[in-house]
Amino acid sequence: MGGQGVVTAGILIGNAVTAAGTNAVMSEIHGMSQRGGVVVAELRIGDVYGPIIPDGAADLLLGFETVETLRALRRAGRNTTVIMSTERIVPFTVSIGDAVYPDVEPVISRLRGDGIKLSLVDAQKLAMEAGNLLSSNVVLVGAACSAGFVPAQVSDLEGAIVEMFPAKSVETNVRALKLGMGAYRWGDQPH
Amino acid sequence: MTRERELLAEAGGAHFILGNEAVVRGLVEAGVGVAATYPGTPSSEVGDALSDIAKEAGFYFEISVNEIVAVEVAAAAAMSGVRSFAFMKHVGLNVAADALMSTAYTGTRAGLVIMSADDPSMFSSQNEQDNRRYAEMAKLPLVEPSNPQEAKDYLVYAFELSEKTHSPVIFRTTTRTSHMRTLVRFGPKLPPRQKGEFAKDPANLLLLPATAYKMRSELAGRYEALRALAEESPLNAGGQGGSDVGMITAGAAYNSLMDAIGEYGLKADVLKLGFPLPLPTELVARFLGQHRTTVVVEELDPVLEGQVRSLAQLRQIKTAIRGKMDGCFPQTYEYNPDVVAASLAKAMGFRLHVRDTVVIEEPLPPRPPVLCPGCPHRATFYAVELVAKQLRLKNAVYPSDIGCYTLGVQKPFGAADYLLCMGSSLGTSGGFSKTTDQPIIAFIGDSTFFHGGMPGLVNAVHNGHRFVLFILDNRTTAMTGSQPNPGVPLNGMGEVAPDVPIEDVVKGLGVSFVRTVDPYDTRSTMIAVREALGHDGVAVIVSRRECALLMDARNRRTGSRKAYAVDQDRCTQCLNCVSNFSCPSFYVDAAGLVRIDPDLCDGCGVCAQPLVCGPRAIEVRAP
Repeated sequence: MGGQGVVTAGILIGNAVTAAGTNAVMSEIHGMSQRGGVVVAELRIGDVYGPIIPDGAADLLLGFETVETLRALRRAGRNTTVIMSTERIVPFTVSIGDAVYPDVEPVISRLRGDGIKLSLVDAQKLAMEAGNLLSSNVVLVGAACSAGFVPAQVSDLEGAIVEMFPAKSVETNVRALKLGMGAYRWGDQPH
Repeated sequence: MTRERELLAEAGGAHFILGNEAVVRGLVEAGVGVAATYPGTPSSEVGDALSDIAKEAGFYFEISVNEIVAVEVAAAAAMSGVRSFAFMKHVGLNVAADALMSTAYTGTRAGLVIMSADDPSMFSSQNEQDNRRYAEMAKLPLVEPSNPQEAKDYLVYAFELSEKTHSPVIFRTTTRTSHMRTLVRFGPKLPPRQKGEFAKDPANLLLLPATAYKMRSELAGRYEALRALAEESPLNAGGQGGSDVGMITAGAAYNSLMDAIGEYGLKADVLKLGFPLPLPTELVARFLGQHRTTVVVEELDPVLEGQVRSLAQLRQIKTAIRGKMDGCFPQTYEYNPDVVAASLAKAMGFRLHVRDTVVIEEPLPPRPPVLCPGCPHRATFYAVELVAKQLRLKNAVYPSDIGCYTLGVQKPFGAADYLLCMGSSLGTSGGFSKTTDQPIIAFIGDSTFFHGGMPGLVNAVHNGHRFVLFILDNRTTAMTGSQPNPGVPLNGMGEVAPDVPIEDVVKGLGVSFVRTVDPYDTRSTMIAVREALGHDGVAVIVSRRECALLMDARNRRTGSRKAYAVDQDRCTQCLNCVSNFSCPSFYVDAAGLVRIDPDLCDGCGVCAQPLVCGPRAIEVRAP
């Protein structure tokens, strides 16, 4: 969602990976990000030309919001790893009573039963622990990292954080990165 | 390092940047002295970056009132010997087309490049259109990058081409190249030249029938000279040979094509045209002659395909041509690797990979973009709808326009019925007023009013139209990222600038009924609407309150955020706030109680008014 730092997370990974010497191509659809709409960034790493990931071919689906992750699953395939923040942002259509925010637990159980690798990360809690709710996107980058999807050293990511963020927030963001890495290592229990 | 400072870095470094940011770096490397625009996605980031670096980089950047003025500014600047650039989204070129067509006749002195950022699949536009057609119609050369590195490099090339041939050049991107991010290696900067001199030459610069007649022949000659340059251009490359199948491609389609070729291991000879118009006919004819089958891979219209087929017919070249016109490729919407692979499979006859995607059966709640919490437009629409209900207005018509307020079409307001283009709310209101007795209430924003609403307003006065017009002045051009406009005392350079009061303009255009309201004051707004509906003529209400996002940014800086809360002891659960005001910070909890999310609440206080909450159950939340 707009405001969650989706594009920044993509740029962070892109900067780290290119600093480590690998090609990266990113696309972003953010036209309505300020108006409570959905933001989707696609990042392709390696020997590729275009920024659009074919349907079903994503290696990782990094979800910043629960319903939007479920919505994005149609772009994912059987082999896509899903790392999902437990954050829930209720859409306007639900608040005015026109729709229902689904009961997510049974959906997650069924997906796991079908063999989809799905991990949950309490990105908000970890961001608060790191020192700022706004670093929840960096928490998720950390999780993506320790899940093995970012071909770069931690030092490359830290270097990208220093380059991209104001000096006074660097420490918080590095902490968020490390907490995210730890969260994934512990498996899928929200911490 | 801020992104904008990064764009002024020294040569040699590599930076992971957006296509639009690479365009800005290209302007810096080409020593461009003047740039002008009207904001429009997917080109807006070019302007935002230019605003930030213009002073330091030493060039003039203008956010013009609309795209045709931007092109006129750039064209004249180039005529004075200063390299100039005008950029816009695809529909902006429709607005600028009158000037664009003439620049082909007059030619240019210093380099003049006009950028069109097209939007296949209309991610943020009222249509999709293939602006390569403008290059064909105007007989102007067109240059088109496929990625950010090319965006920078081709832009520098475009300026050199423009000066060498005295022809303006169209530089064309799409959403997927403008909003693509890759590593871009920077070249050396060129200090911009901001001042020149205009040498008189009316025989070649003043377009009268007699002078234009002569210029038309020169234009024809210039176009053929450009074609000769396209033949030899390093931007047109590929065609290594060694395959029965040749593919001709350009722009973003190239990326999807190469990915599909990679995935399926297809043997094909790819000719990529970065300078496709005028079509390098000798190069293409040779390529066609070398292949049994030629596939043309381009997004939107069969611009290249049509010319390729004509060429093959004219020269009797034997090759089977596959593309859109024989049904292999679609003519609508953007390409992606799946679309290209499926189309290639039709053209070449191979089996597609089947990829299992994941299906969720549960219905997921839609999440359309909505007006922000605190948005003054919500308050305006609420007041209008309340008056419409109270007066039992039969079937009121709400002509709308382009801006955040177009979201007023959503529930619960339904306050946007007809929209054509920038400023169309004025002309369409006039058309409705002459043909129906339904009450007409039109909505237009401050920036859009200056852009294209003024002519329609004076037209309405002079031709005796009758309607109510709301000019929604939120003190910014919001949807595109909050750029200034003539109603605001700030310009594209970030300097204080004279602002033009909208009420003065409206009165100057002859409107006798002008009211100004604060939409946060629902009662006063409703009184103004009722009065306006009774006026026999054009009634203008300027609804002025700054954009909620501007207010938020200021409150965050000064630390004075406040939020509201529902007092459950007073709330009667009438749900008027949720159902008829519908601020996104409201929600009904599991126990059926109405609550306000303090993280979303903007502190505007409109909901606390008795006209929204009759029981007066909403008050400022204790800190």
